[in-house]
Amino acid sequence: MNKIWIIIKREYLTRVKKRSFIIMTLLGPILMAAMFIGPAWLTQMEDNEVKTIAVIDSSQLFVNTLLDSSKVNIDSLPETEFIKFKYLTNIKVGDIENNFKDNGYSALLFIPTSILSSPLVSLSSNKQPSMAVRMHISNVLKRKIESWKLKLYNVDPKILKSIETNVHVGVIKLSDDGKGKEEFADLKMYLGIIGGMLIYFFIFMYGAQVMRGVIEEKTSRIIEVIISSVKPFQLMMGKIVGIACVGLTQFLLWIILTATIVIGAQKIFFNDTNTYKNIKAQSIMANTQNLNIANENSQNEVAFNEMDNLYSEINKIDFVAIIGSFLFFFLAGYLLYSAMFAAIGSAVDSEADTQQFMMPVTIPLILSVALVGNVTSNPEGPLAFWFSMIPFTSPVVMMMRIPYGVPPEQVALSVGILIASFIFMTWLAGKIYRTGILMYGKKVNYKELYKWLKYKNY
Amino acid sequence: MNIFEAKGIVKQYSGHRALDNVSVSIREGSVFGILGPNGAGKTSLIRIMNQITAPDEGELFFKGQPLNPSNIVEFGYLPEERGLYKKMKVGEQALYLAMLRGVKKTEALKRLKFWFERFEIQSWWGKKVEELSKGMQQKVQFIISVLHEPKFLIFDEPFSGFDPINVNILKQEILRMKEEGATIILSTHNMASVEELCDDIALINKSKVVLSGAVSEIRQRFKNNTYAVTYSGFINLIEASLRHQYEILSHVEKDGLHHLKFKLLDQSVSTNMLISGLLPLGNMISFNEVLPTMNDIFINAVGEIVNEEILTN
Repeated sequence: MNKIWIIIKREYLTRVKKRSFIIMTLLGPILMAAMFIGPAWLTQMEDNEVKTIAVIDSSQLFVNTLLDSSKVNIDSLPETEFIKFKYLTNIKVGDIENNFKDNGYSALLFIPTSILSSPLVSLSSNKQPSMAVRMHISNVLKRKIESWKLKLYNVDPKILKSIETNVHVGVIKLSDDGKGKEEFADLKMYLGIIGGMLIYFFIFMYGAQVMRGVIEEKTSRIIEVIISSVKPFQLMMGKIVGIACVGLTQFLLWIILTATIVIGAQKIFFNDTNTYKNIKAQSIMANTQNLNIANENSQNEVAFNEMDNLYSEINKIDFVAIIGSFLFFFLAGYLLYSAMFAAIGSAVDSEADTQQFMMPVTIPLILSVALVGNVTSNPEGPLAFWFSMIPFTSPVVMMMRIPYGVPPEQVALSVGILIASFIFMTWLAGKIYRTGILMYGKKVNYKELYKWLKYKNY
Repeated sequence: MNIFEAKGIVKQYSGHRALDNVSVSIREGSVFGILGPNGAGKTSLIRIMNQITAPDEGELFFKGQPLNPSNIVEFGYLPEERGLYKKMKVGEQALYLAMLRGVKKTEALKRLKFWFERFEIQSWWGKKVEELSKGMQQKVQFIISVLHEPKFLIFDEPFSGFDPINVNILKQEILRMKEEGATIILSTHNMASVEELCDDIALINKSKVVLSGAVSEIRQRFKNNTYAVTYSGFINLIEASLRHQYEILSHVEKDGLHHLKFKLLDQSVSTNMLISGLLPLGNMISFNEVLPTMNDIFINAVGEIVNEEILTN
């Protein structure tokens, strides 16, 4: 036991002290944080730019030319914080199209006279207008036209206001006792995918390190010196456990560093959250006071609700269970695969010879990642169930399912199968390993490996 | 007393038998040579002795008791296929391997310091192994194999890769350890060093022990009544060639000296009678019995078997 400990210590220390480990450990969280913060930051950049859209309204439905343009026109199109409309009158489309950029317009919206009978407008711009702009124009025009049409049937404008609704679809998951729980499927999907992918990545990265370590010992011929002191199995297990500790260290450092970066980033954006809360408070007050303003804000309101739900969902998710199962499935999956990688490493003379044995080992691992779409879209389906039971795919597939909530008996079964498999696989790999490490210059095939398994005395 | 005994060892690999009913006995405090051509089964036997692999049949005894894993700390082993972690520093590595053999860290450091001073290689301590030459690495490996101060040492091809100066240093170390009471097993192709160092040998060929015993006894056994005589000045060659008790094998004249080799044909003639017959031929300055070298014995023993096979096939 003491000797295994000495081996674990060496395997661990030599790897942790390597420059590549330190760089990966520092770079990983920055990349991960960038993955979370980057898109949000980019969207913010985009949204911060106020886009003024010139509107030429031939239909005269949205701009009343008889009124003073400085007054608020209740029929005008609703604006958002970043999308503004500028109504132009007595200007031909051709004139403005030529120089709208110089006037600071980002696009030109032309509403034809026939808008009520054939709802077709044109948006011209020298750049592709963003999805948000197009969605906004389409939405607000749809509403306006609908209300105009209803007005034609003499529907009371007050009724029109009151029927305007925005619908938010909250997904409720019923547990067996019938209690409902609103949840965000998207968030769970991301957690599942990130967890599954990390396990895949870790198994591959550290499994390959085990294999390379075994090949190094074999080709440098130090192996015989070592196994005259310790049993081959002790050396194999020492290496596997030592590298597992390296993986855990890296994972732990990543979590700590990522958390630090994310919290740090939140501190920087602290003021923004404040304004978000202020706007929200104002809009709630406005809601009670002014129906019209409330109408304009209704879309923002939905966005705020979603943010709120997301935050409360994040709070509701059992991170202890997710990180706990991540650690288990990473370790168990790694142990299963690294035993196979160690056996492969022992059977070959150089890394170039590993191809024929690598294939059958990597295929189930890649398959489990390829199943990500099926598993996250139907986490309770038969495909997800069976692949989360098969030990070669279960670490990744089960990890993808965990955030959605998996019945405890299924988790227990999967865990049990996985533990039994890695014990069996380690025993099997140990038999190949002890013969393989002393075998030089022999072209090894599967038939040969099978013979090694049958050796009574290694 | 025999410190180590192997009886009827059989080791079967798929397709061929590496060891076939091999038995060796090693006297305590002796230097024992395991000889044999490449692929004869020497390394298989050595691995079995070191408990790296187990025999299919046969028994092993160490100090009269069946060999068991706890004996490993009393064994020192320098394998033929040896190497070190290339990227690891020399000192760290030596310490690691010593600790794997069960030496405490402080003790291992003390002994390493002693050995590094003895071989005058203190400056290598912080170097990576890949920065050392092959011979330098061999030295480090030798130190590692003796660091736990074993009394039973197995050196597989210890001299390969060393220059003559280092071969000599190594020989001195082996003899010193023998004087201190250690038993040493030597597997080598260097027959001169076998004659120099070994007390007993076992010659393995085609998975079998074909010759074993004390080196001096084996050389006596294989002697073929050959004598070397040197005369200075004039020599009566005509008379010398007329004698019928012996046959002249060779005659070399160099720097005024005549070197003659005789083979005695008549076994009843004693050495004294031979000398007195040879004295009148000239001014004799030396007379020696020529014992076969281990090299000759090796080639003879291995070659004979090859010849037999050719004949029987």
